[in-house]
Amino acid sequence: MKQQIQFREIDGGMRFYSLLGFIGLFVLAGLGAAYFMEHNGHHVTGMTNQIIWGTPHVFAVFLIVAASGALNVASISSVFGKTPYKPLARLSGLLAIALLVGGLAVLVLDLGRPDRLIVAMTYYNFKSIFAWNIILYIGFIAIVAVYIWMMMERRMNHFTKLAGLFAFIWRLILTTGTGSIFGFLVAREAYDAALMAPMFIIMSFSFGLAIFILVLMAACKWSDRPLGNLIVYRLKNLLGVFIASVLYFVMVYHLTNLYITEHHGVERFILLDGGVYTNLFWFVQILLGSLVPLALLYHPATGKSRGWIGIASLLVIIGGLAQMYIIIIGGQAYPLELFPGMEVTSSFFDGGINAYVPSLPEVVLGVGGIAIALAAVVIGTRVLGFLPVSLADDQVDPHHAA
Amino acid sequence: MSDSANIDTYRRRFLGGTATALAGLSVAPGVFLHEVARARPADEAVTSDVRWGMLIDTNKCANGCNDCVTACNEEHGLTGHGRPETDAQWIRKVELRDKQTGHTQSLPLLCQHCEHPPCVDVCPTGASFKRADGIVLVDKHICIGCRYCMMACPYKARSFIHEDLQDQLPHAPRGKGTVESCTFCVHRVDNDRTPACVEACTAENHNAMVFGDINDPDSDISKQLKQHSSRQIRADLDLNTGVRYRGI
Repeated sequence: MKQQIQFREIDGGMRFYSLLGFIGLFVLAGLGAAYFMEHNGHHVTGMTNQIIWGTPHVFAVFLIVAASGALNVASISSVFGKTPYKPLARLSGLLAIALLVGGLAVLVLDLGRPDRLIVAMTYYNFKSIFAWNIILYIGFIAIVAVYIWMMMERRMNHFTKLAGLFAFIWRLILTTGTGSIFGFLVAREAYDAALMAPMFIIMSFSFGLAIFILVLMAACKWSDRPLGNLIVYRLKNLLGVFIASVLYFVMVYHLTNLYITEHHGVERFILLDGGVYTNLFWFVQILLGSLVPLALLYHPATGKSRGWIGIASLLVIIGGLAQMYIIIIGGQAYPLELFPGMEVTSSFFDGGINAYVPSLPEVVLGVGGIAIALAAVVIGTRVLGFLPVSLADDQVDPHHAA
Repeated sequence: MSDSANIDTYRRRFLGGTATALAGLSVAPGVFLHEVARARPADEAVTSDVRWGMLIDTNKCANGCNDCVTACNEEHGLTGHGRPETDAQWIRKVELRDKQTGHTQSLPLLCQHCEHPPCVDVCPTGASFKRADGIVLVDKHICIGCRYCMMACPYKARSFIHEDLQDQLPHAPRGKGTVESCTFCVHRVDNDRTPACVEACTAENHNAMVFGDINDPDSDISKQLKQHSSRQIRADLDLNTGVRYRGI
């Protein structure tokens, strides 16, 4: 007989409210930072006319990319019919919406005129990928909400696969749009590559799943619900595949640039003598954020340890933030090539490597975005049955021999 | 005898002069009115019959001369806050040195007023726009301050307003949290005047900058562009810039 998965809201009480209160502090700090930046103007941040997008964008784009990736677990269940993932599908949908809302909040609060959000919603330039993204992001929230409804409402269950498929296709388009924000920029050496779109998609798989694993483990632990190894090992093996795929795309991106002479300058900057960007690339993105987690996830000892799987997931997130930092800020730090073969100087910092130091308000705003996402997950799991009562091995797979 | 001959000469001159004056008086209003008829009334939209452009001769651009920049700053009230990394610059002098030969050059760099401006393509709200006459502007009422145009501009021509502004000039409205750049002095151009930078360069007798309608084959700029070779910065992007350079 087919076993019905039981879902239930997490309990209220002290533990819930103290967690929510703790996260709430970071949300408030983020809002305060945004107010400080808007009130004084962006000169109080590290952002300049040279480094136009700063740390808030690193967090925002990371969260938006991770959001679409967090939906993967649901897609694997609904679209690709893998039943062990089915109990996780609702949480996957919730996390996807939450991360997107967090990322968008950071993006909007960093605008020069966040008070004009309504303008962004009412004036569209359809040649702008940014304008398309506004539609894609809002649409994503709506579609995933409907998808979750199909999963939760028993009478609607038979539409789950259809809604899941639609959400899956939408999320692929969405991340294509996010990657194309950079892919469509002809002006800068580090961007202007069609590879950006698929690379962002595979990055989303990796970052989104890493966050999902951490949220799942934390949610089960704090709500005292069993979480079997079966599902955890499946997820961590999948994460390993995604990490390796991201590495592959990063390699192809750099190999292509290294082959093309006009890109040697920017490659030399990122890979060899870019200071903080070079260090971030080799030590944080590649070593700490990719190779170490790969080793941890597949090593026979650490790969079976919840603690190490959690650390590996955390490292993937840190590596992902570093990767975003290198793409977004490193890409701007390298000067525009207006006069090839010339040494260029000006009062507007032409021709030189642009300096940038993240300011506290920027970091606090970015962390505030993460806090908004987490708060949404905590509240969501409290009010609706997103989390299964048990994820023990026999619940996940009835044929599992204990 | 000689007197009457002189009188005849005077008379002839007088009659000739009067006839010329009369002819001038009768034709001039027609010519003048024709010009008026061609000039654009304030409430009429600009047309693509005109494309404003600029030709900069770097050979005439004096090293160390900053007059165009000063004129622009004064014209638009770009006072700055003593923070060069965040202060707005609509036009800047760029010094070039050939890595191979050591040859040095100096040139002003400003918004290139592209025919296919990347800043207009990427702007989500349409705040970044191009007028029919080729002038690329920012509508500060619908700019949300996302700075995507600054990411997209190949010329680093745009500035974001990082802090509060005081003492703005009526013809050059600006706003904290929005993006701005060279307007080709649209307020002057619409009144048949040349941009402040060009005026300053000409006043110093450097004559390195020529402004005009590149759609009009008889304009000074069109003639110069036809006669001499010129190039666009980052011509590889095929943006068909309104600003062209000689000598680079």
